[in-house]
Amino acid sequence: MLGECEETLRGTVTSELVRICPEDYQGITPKLSVRAGDNVKAGAPLFYDKNHPEMLFASPVSGVVTNIERGEKRRILYIEVKADKTTDYVDFGSKKPATLSGEEVKKTILDAGIWFLIKQRPYDVVAVPGKAPRDIFVTGFDSAPLAPSYDFLLQNREADLQAGFDALAKLTAGKVFLSISPKSSNKGLREAKNVVINEFDGPHPAGNVGVQINRLKPVNRGETVWTLTALDVAIIGHLFNTGIVDLTRTVALTGSEVKQTGYWKMVIGTQLKQLFLNNVTEGISLRYISGNPLTGKKIDADGVLRAGHSQVTVIPEGDDVHEAFGWASLSPKRYSAGCTYPTLKKAYRMDARMLGGPRAIIVSNEYDKVFPMDIYPEQLIKAIIAFNIDKMEALGIYEVAPEDFALCEFVDTSKLELQHIVRTGLDMLRKEME
Amino acid sequence: MKALKNYLDKIKPNFEEGGKLHWLYSTYDAFETFLFVPNTTSRTGVHIHDARDSKRTMIIVILALVPALLVGMYNVGLQHYMAIGQEMSLLNTFLYGLIAMLPLIVVSYVVGLGIEFAMAQVKKEEVAEGFLVSGMLIPMIVPIDTPLWMVAVATAFSVIFAKEVFGGTGYNIFNVALIARAFLFFSYPTKMSGDQVWVRTADTFGMGKGTVIDGYSGATPLGQIATTDAGSFSEFTFHGITGNPLSISDMFFGFIPGSVGEVSTFAILLGALILIATGVGSWKTMLSVFVGGAVGVLLVNSFAQNAMMDMPFYYHFLLGGFAFGAVFMATDPVTSARTEKGKWIFGFLIGLVAVAIRVFNPGYPEGMMLAILLINAFAPLIDFYVIDANIKRRAKRATASLKG
Repeated sequence: MLGECEETLRGTVTSELVRICPEDYQGITPKLSVRAGDNVKAGAPLFYDKNHPEMLFASPVSGVVTNIERGEKRRILYIEVKADKTTDYVDFGSKKPATLSGEEVKKTILDAGIWFLIKQRPYDVVAVPGKAPRDIFVTGFDSAPLAPSYDFLLQNREADLQAGFDALAKLTAGKVFLSISPKSSNKGLREAKNVVINEFDGPHPAGNVGVQINRLKPVNRGETVWTLTALDVAIIGHLFNTGIVDLTRTVALTGSEVKQTGYWKMVIGTQLKQLFLNNVTEGISLRYISGNPLTGKKIDADGVLRAGHSQVTVIPEGDDVHEAFGWASLSPKRYSAGCTYPTLKKAYRMDARMLGGPRAIIVSNEYDKVFPMDIYPEQLIKAIIAFNIDKMEALGIYEVAPEDFALCEFVDTSKLELQHIVRTGLDMLRKEME
Repeated sequence: MKALKNYLDKIKPNFEEGGKLHWLYSTYDAFETFLFVPNTTSRTGVHIHDARDSKRTMIIVILALVPALLVGMYNVGLQHYMAIGQEMSLLNTFLYGLIAMLPLIVVSYVVGLGIEFAMAQVKKEEVAEGFLVSGMLIPMIVPIDTPLWMVAVATAFSVIFAKEVFGGTGYNIFNVALIARAFLFFSYPTKMSGDQVWVRTADTFGMGKGTVIDGYSGATPLGQIATTDAGSFSEFTFHGITGNPLSISDMFFGFIPGSVGEVSTFAILLGALILIATGVGSWKTMLSVFVGGAVGVLLVNSFAQNAMMDMPFYYHFLLGGFAFGAVFMATDPVTSARTEKGKWIFGFLIGLVAVAIRVFNPGYPEGMMLAILLINAFAPLIDFYVIDANIKRRAKRATASLKG
């Protein structure tokens, strides 16, 4: 894809208003801890999970809560905080994870409101603190299209990374697995201690933690594993080293419609308007994505950086394009992972069109080619659509997350919404099982 | 193009909910998406999509069918003029085949697509492209002299009862084109087999008038060897419709009597190349059909009692619908096994059963159609066992980890 990010740090982006969207955190029911007009410090809770009241969600900035926007059925859409000029952090006190017990480590992270950085499988939701994980898996690189380089993002974060790994090691009786790419050069990753390091080579989805787990030590029925990205490990490590919650991310601005790509520092929830100002193609309709083009979230031009993302992508929307006789096209502009189109270019300018209508699953062996796990993706999808719980379990539902199906969804000639199907299936299954 | 787009946009309101032509919405949508790539953009999930869609897939299959279709049409003319003992130019020969073939294609498409469009409207879905391929396959696998009304009835039967009752393209168990052929075969056997149906001896729309020469016989090579008295293959020779001996190259390039699609193994292999190069057809299925066939023939050869049992395997591949079935029928992804391991087994069984039917059934010299339909029925079972191995492995892993 066109719009690869240039490896330069271009500055810091701040916005007056910061918006936190609870829907970014899967598997929780948000309950507010603040009301409009309250003052919060960075690290103080904005809301908590109804089912696990000890699980707090920290504010990334200090300031005044100005608005709580609700949607249908009073679902919280976002909590808006007007940020102070200088951020005032809650001090949780620096601690050495090595000297703490597992319970103390867990409490520290929960109290600081950044437990949401840890996710679990099965169900791909924020980890349930009460359930001990068999192992913890950390992915040390991102292989998605236009993805930022973790080597670059984690420059000079060696101490934070190590503290984070030490903390995670306390949380499981099993091992902490760190996966890196053969190209990873970051010392904090390559020379990390207290973890088992494995190298994964190959195209996307090699960097997906789901693939790595399946290849190393698959999740069985009844087991739980926790997953994180190395970026989140550094945030946890930072908490232990300094005692403050710093939800600043270095964000890659990518995509074919961005004039000047590069990295910017910003806290989660920052409004991205100023980043796009005079820096994107004008005159056509655009799609703004928080995250990468495969798993990211569609946002508006005045949207915010969503919680889990270190990437913002801008591509053409494509709804103003009318391409004639696409099925007969030999145009070099069309990209296909298969061989039904000539591949003439290295990088393509891709837009958000579906490029086809929804159909029943017709072509076989299409998903398998981009799904390097010991699982039959097509059969699993069919089991999920039919919501046949026995079949889903037998075919490995506990091992997968929606993101694992992103490439299947991309190549699908039947244009089905596979990630949506998997997400719904996981949520329904969790309701059924717990 | 722009004017066309504007026109489409202008008439669109008539077809939308509340418009007076709403009952034709699926039809409108089919034509609009045929002309222009739909510009709907993704709502959930991935923001970018592969340029390949169902239309592209089907068009590649049709493209792969074209060589066999063209050579087959030429052969229709060739056989006709040989039968009436006239010399004709290449162009005229082809033209005769073309006008003989066109009505079959038109009937098949009009009937089949008509039903598909209607069903799509009833189900409020988009028109699926599956029949674009089936509709081309049907005229290619029936004898050229099949009456048009029979083609219409068979097409309607197979589209409704082999496809739509199961839910439409993607849900059917049996290959739609083969069901149409099987329907004709069992309903009107006299028009579907024997030695009178494979060569059109009459004129077509006034073209190619003449009387059949003496000594004419329209039997297909497979028909000949099935009914011969010869005790072994070496005592037997294939002959063309005028009594001339047939060479291997005649069989390979397709100058023998037979259905339009199946005669030219050469053209079929060209199609196979297209399917494999684009990844649309599975080379595993194709190869395993041939391997299964070869194994079957070698087995039968070892205790040969008559010329048919004695026939070497390459003749089996060159004659009848073996190659056509392997390349275009067995690879239909919907009715074939869907797992990669399953495809090996699926193809192998087709080859084996096709040879068994050819050699051991007394009445009918061709076995490919019934073999594929039979193994179609077993495809889900094959997949079941392949997937079950994965399920068992997972269950074993879980028990092992519980103990450990």
